[in-house]
Amino acid sequence: MATDVLGARIKRVEDPRFITGKGRYLDDIKLAGMTYMSILRSPYAHANIRSIDTAAARAMPGVVLVLVGADIPYNPLPMAWPAGGVAGIRNNINTPRVLATDSVKWTGEGVAAVIAETVAQAVDALEAIVVEWEPLPVVVDAEKATQPGAPQLHENAPNNVVFEWTVGDKAGTDAALEAAPVIVRQRIVNQRLIPNPMEVRGDIGVYNPGTDEYTIWMSSQTPHIQRLLLSAFVMGIPEHKIRCISPDIGGAFGTKIFCYADMALCLFASKALNGRPVKWVETRRENYQSTIHGRDHITYLEIAGTREGEITGLRVKTYANLGGRLSTIGPGIPTTLYGRVLSGCYRIPNVYCEVTGVYTNTTFVDAYRGAGRPEATYVIERAMDLFADEIGLDPAELRRRNFIAPDKFPYDNPSGLGTASNGEKIYIDSGNYEPAMDMALATAGYASIDKAKADARARGKYLGIGLSTYIEVCGVAPSKWIGAVGEGWGAAMWESANLKIHLTGKVVLTMGTQPQGQGHETTYAQIVSSELGIPMDDIIVQHSDTQGTPFGYGSYGSRTASVGGTAAVKAAGKIREKARQYAAHMLEAAVDDIEVVGAEYRVKGSPEKMKTLQEVVFALDLGFSLPAGMEPYLDETAYYDTPNCTWPFGTHVAIVEIDEETGKVDLVRYVAVDDVGKKINPMIVDGQLHGGIAQGVGQALWEGAVYGDDGQLLSGSMLDYAVPRASWFPNFELGETVTPSPVNPLGVKGVGEAGAIASTAAVANAVIDALSPFGIRHLDMPYTAPKVWRAMHDKEARS
Amino acid sequence: MTEQVRLTVNGVAHEITVEPRQLLVHALREDLGLTGTHVGCDTSQCGACTVQLNGAAVKSCTVLAVQVDGGSITTIEGMAPEGGLHALQNAFWEKHGLQCGFCTPGMIMAAADLLAGNPDPTDDEIRHGIEGNLCRCTGYQNIVAAIREAGSTLRAGAPVPAGAQD
Amino acid sequence: MIPAAFDYARPTSLDEALVLLARGAGNAKVLAGGQSLLPLMRLRLASPGQLIDIGRIAELRTIRDLGGGATGIGALATYRDVLDSELATRNHPILATAIPMIGDVQVRNRGTLAGSIAHADPASDLPAILLALEGTLVIRSGNGERVVAVEGFFQGAFATDLGQDEILTEIRLPATPDGAGMAYRAIEQPASGYSMVGVAAVIGRVGDSIGYARIAITGAGNVAYRAMAVEAALLGSDGGAAAIEAAAAHATDGQVVGSDFNADAEYRTAMAQVYTRRAVEAALAAID
Ligand SMILES: Cc1cc2nc3c(=O)[nH]c(=O)nc-3n(C[C@H](O)[C@H](O)[C@H](O)COP(=O)(O)OP(=O)(O)OC[C@H]3O[C@@H](n4cnc5c(N)ncnc54)[C@H](O)[C@@H]3O)c2cc1C
Ligand code: FES
Ligand code: FES
Repeated sequence: MATDVLGARIKRVEDPRFITGKGRYLDDIKLAGMTYMSILRSPYAHANIRSIDTAAARAMPGVVLVLVGADIPYNPLPMAWPAGGVAGIRNNINTPRVLATDSVKWTGEGVAAVIAETVAQAVDALEAIVVEWEPLPVVVDAEKATQPGAPQLHENAPNNVVFEWTVGDKAGTDAALEAAPVIVRQRIVNQRLIPNPMEVRGDIGVYNPGTDEYTIWMSSQTPHIQRLLLSAFVMGIPEHKIRCISPDIGGAFGTKIFCYADMALCLFASKALNGRPVKWVETRRENYQSTIHGRDHITYLEIAGTREGEITGLRVKTYANLGGRLSTIGPGIPTTLYGRVLSGCYRIPNVYCEVTGVYTNTTFVDAYRGAGRPEATYVIERAMDLFADEIGLDPAELRRRNFIAPDKFPYDNPSGLGTASNGEKIYIDSGNYEPAMDMALATAGYASIDKAKADARARGKYLGIGLSTYIEVCGVAPSKWIGAVGEGWGAAMWESANLKIHLTGKVVLTMGTQPQGQGHETTYAQIVSSELGIPMDDIIVQHSDTQGTPFGYGSYGSRTASVGGTAAVKAAGKIREKARQYAAHMLEAAVDDIEVVGAEYRVKGSPEKMKTLQEVVFALDLGFSLPAGMEPYLDETAYYDTPNCTWPFGTHVAIVEIDEETGKVDLVRYVAVDDVGKKINPMIVDGQLHGGIAQGVGQALWEGAVYGDDGQLLSGSMLDYAVPRASWFPNFELGETVTPSPVNPLGVKGVGEAGAIASTAAVANAVIDALSPFGIRHLDMPYTAPKVWRAMHDKEARS
Repeated sequence: MTEQVRLTVNGVAHEITVEPRQLLVHALREDLGLTGTHVGCDTSQCGACTVQLNGAAVKSCTVLAVQVDGGSITTIEGMAPEGGLHALQNAFWEKHGLQCGFCTPGMIMAAADLLAGNPDPTDDEIRHGIEGNLCRCTGYQNIVAAIREAGSTLRAGAPVPAGAQD
Repeated sequence: MIPAAFDYARPTSLDEALVLLARGAGNAKVLAGGQSLLPLMRLRLASPGQLIDIGRIAELRTIRDLGGGATGIGALATYRDVLDSELATRNHPILATAIPMIGDVQVRNRGTLAGSIAHADPASDLPAILLALEGTLVIRSGNGERVVAVEGFFQGAFATDLGQDEILTEIRLPATPDGAGMAYRAIEQPASGYSMVGVAAVIGRVGDSIGYARIAITGAGNVAYRAMAVEAALLGSDGGAAAIEAAAAHATDGQVVGSDFNADAEYRTAMAQVYTRRAVEAALAAID
């Protein structure tokens, strides 16, 4: 088999359309007779709707339809991951309706929609809708929302609790903490983030009255899942009557996984308009208010161990803010994807984690790049630094002493973090943590950091260095584990691939996964090229349309290369096997005597007797002469359910400098050594790391969604929410170790989230290190200049 | 009330009828079908809508179509010479300067303005030169590399490879 | 995203514009580069009934030599035009170093200096720079022309001395004393790029002591202001570290310093002092 394409830095095949302005994103699609929808959103964070008067809006120029919640008979949006936990799954689930009917729970919840001939007319008419509101008391902080006397959002959720969920060994951990000579406690906040893909979300809904079929173009990471959710759960129509299409997607980072109200709204409106297409594209400010946010945890951590630096226990209590109503898998993020990886790459014998999911009058929270794992990494990596500080040990040394040793894999977490309620387990597949850390420390000049600190002091700066020796779980996930995990995702998570070789030898690979900028069309083509010995130019990769692609769960959770990629390998294997059988027929040899070398099918021992794949395909696809029982055409579909997740790891080191007078933090160096297993296209892998690192650094230094006590989103536009700019970053210095994953034949793990998972904690630790001369041991992110100045100033004043 | 607006876009003369409130970006996208120019925000900050107006980069979401009556505009669709690629387009491709591609047209148009005034920018100058453009995918590193590379190609006056071959 | 509908006029002479503006009687707004007005209109935070686009009034486009080191910057001169003007940047070198800190390339290509002044965003940079340069403003209406100092022009956040029927036609920058050094230093609010605090300093020496000092600060008060107490403390001092430090302590004297969720008053006050010191040091270093 040709192996040179695998692992090669091949230029992306999708790029020519993007660099010439010929990409086709949702808003670029224009259909005949198209109408435009605009949504009226609640100005209050919590209010009852007394009445809505749409008469004036209906009379406005160009308006063809005005909708309010009562017009739409659909079900509320589905909840696919109702984390039950200790109290079991209770009836405390509240999801949005397509438009709110009685009350609103956050600023920005949709209450009415106008459909008009132009966008401008729709927006004009929104201003003519009169809503009579009854404002209600508001709570935006998750911890406060659970306290007695807090405003209550939903009758079925006393104290605003969505769930109480636990994982790990409570008794063992309590005992370990009790017995430990050293215990460090800290309250830490992982602030709320607004994901900010550069393309906002949108949909185009088209109903065909002639066939009673619905088509929706959606900026979605999961067209197949949306077809299922919209048909069976929201709209109550047959699944085969909806077609979902995702055009080019301008970034997603999790936000486009979910089922949103606007999708059903566009389809309903198109039906009401007898089939006129209805387009809706959110504005950026709407995106900030009503597309999901990420993170938002308040955590009490306790880490215990010996004076020599052996960690013996970790106990964590987290309040996870899930917003005013639940997004599609909101509860799954701070539970399975968080609590189950809390011990990181350390052999901590006793771990226990309790999570309370909470309703507040804020936008719903769901998966944002990393989803749960950045939060967990932040907890454990901050905890390691706090502990190191407490016992006066170098933080790198503390990590070294507690790494899971390389001979302990597959590693089964002793507190049962990887064990689902039905007993199914996932293991940490592989790892070798020290070499990655050593490489990162050497590159960053860790040994001579004291000199760098002294030099910085001479320039009026405080220099700090921080590390994050992260692992993450990706390649999600074995279906029997994720589907039956008790609190789990109510679905399986296998992937699919269909591979066809047409008469002329041209190859079409059709996938159930869904790219959003990751270069799938290139990466998959590399896999197929390598497997079948066919040039890249002869392969095309298709995806994104439920009509014509096999069912797939979509792309998120760094699963595409490992799960989708393996499905592609399997499909190619089936093709190769059938071609081999046919080559045997053509060459009048026994199948076992045919060996495959690249695209050549040779009779062992007599290499001059061979057929090229092209010759095989031509004859087989025509089917003039087929051996008994063989069907014509090379067309194979494979489904792949992974036996385990994959576990990338690495060490990221950040070096920051803080201006002593202003508190301004500059990231001056960033070193990342990642082990993501084998790389199919290292250029693409590096790009994923760059982007992930930038997002994670953004959280540490600049980004944060801020609500006023009245529930108004103060960081409500890009003027107040700092999306990082080019000049704020240094060049990232990347290194690698390669520990192939034993889980899949490609040896790949996943890289879409690694950068974002590792980098936040590394930068946070660097900032705290820089502030250590002030006696500061912790400070909540983001480390904006005013906040850091305040922290330094308060300490100075005190001393 | 509507107005007649004459525009030369990518060398082609157009006359369109617009409401005065029509933004240039919408005139390009909706009236002229040039959807390579994107809209990424509503506060004039992301730069996804950047085009060249009379040779200078502007945010086409912050310009009215009526304001530029008689003007000459270049969009991403007009960057490439016949059958080839502009040095910036090629360098973005070579250096993996894009992922989702949504910011890319605006980035390229802003970079063209930068290189026109400063053919040999330092990395720092490049990073500041694109401060009106946001990218959420790439962490900017490969964008900076691409602009640096395009600068050197343009300085050398080397012909840019035609078409889409490696 | 889409402004409310409005009427549009594009006069080609100043007189015509003034007539239209007077007729618009408060319902009409002047449109220059649009970099402040159009964002507001897109968010429908402003919905004027008529826009009077002054962009084609050739007489407003000029950057003029007023002789003796003074410069006239016409209402339509963009940041880019001024950066490209050898005259303006030679006469007032602070423009060459400060303007690149304002907005981004695209904004500087369209935005005018006059528009920034007329808009009077309390976080904008140019007001401090013009105050330190002791600029004056030429203002025209149907009733004629008046010339006012930049000092006193700003009346509050987004509020100025400009009447509804008036157009700011020129910013005049007088010559600065020979050999004066000038600098602008600012700390930005990362999301918007506007300044949390910005300080402009123009400093001249007489012998060993400071003989000329103009210090102006934006972002700290509700309008940009001349920091008279700082200037007074600097004048006659040796310009050494201690003198600068002592002078900078007066940066917000007499001001009510604002707070928002990005930065509180205490921080802004402290930064006004830090950046006053930094601007003064840089200005001193720039003395030739
Ligand atoms: C993304 C972005 C970033 C920015 N960053 C900064 C920054 O960092 N620092 C900073 O200081 N500024 C910044 N700005 C603001 C920018 O400097 C101003 O928007 C610009 O200079 C205004 O000039 P304009 O010609 O575009 O004015 P317009 O937007 O056309 O007009 C602004 C206001 O002034 C009035 N007006 C304009 N000209 C006249 C005149 N001649 N006579 C009377 N009234 C008039 C208009 O009626 C309107 O009310 C930024 C703007 C944007 C969009
Ligand atoms: S669309 Fe964001 S700047 Fe124009
Ligand atoms: S490539 Fe996606 S925003 Fe830049």
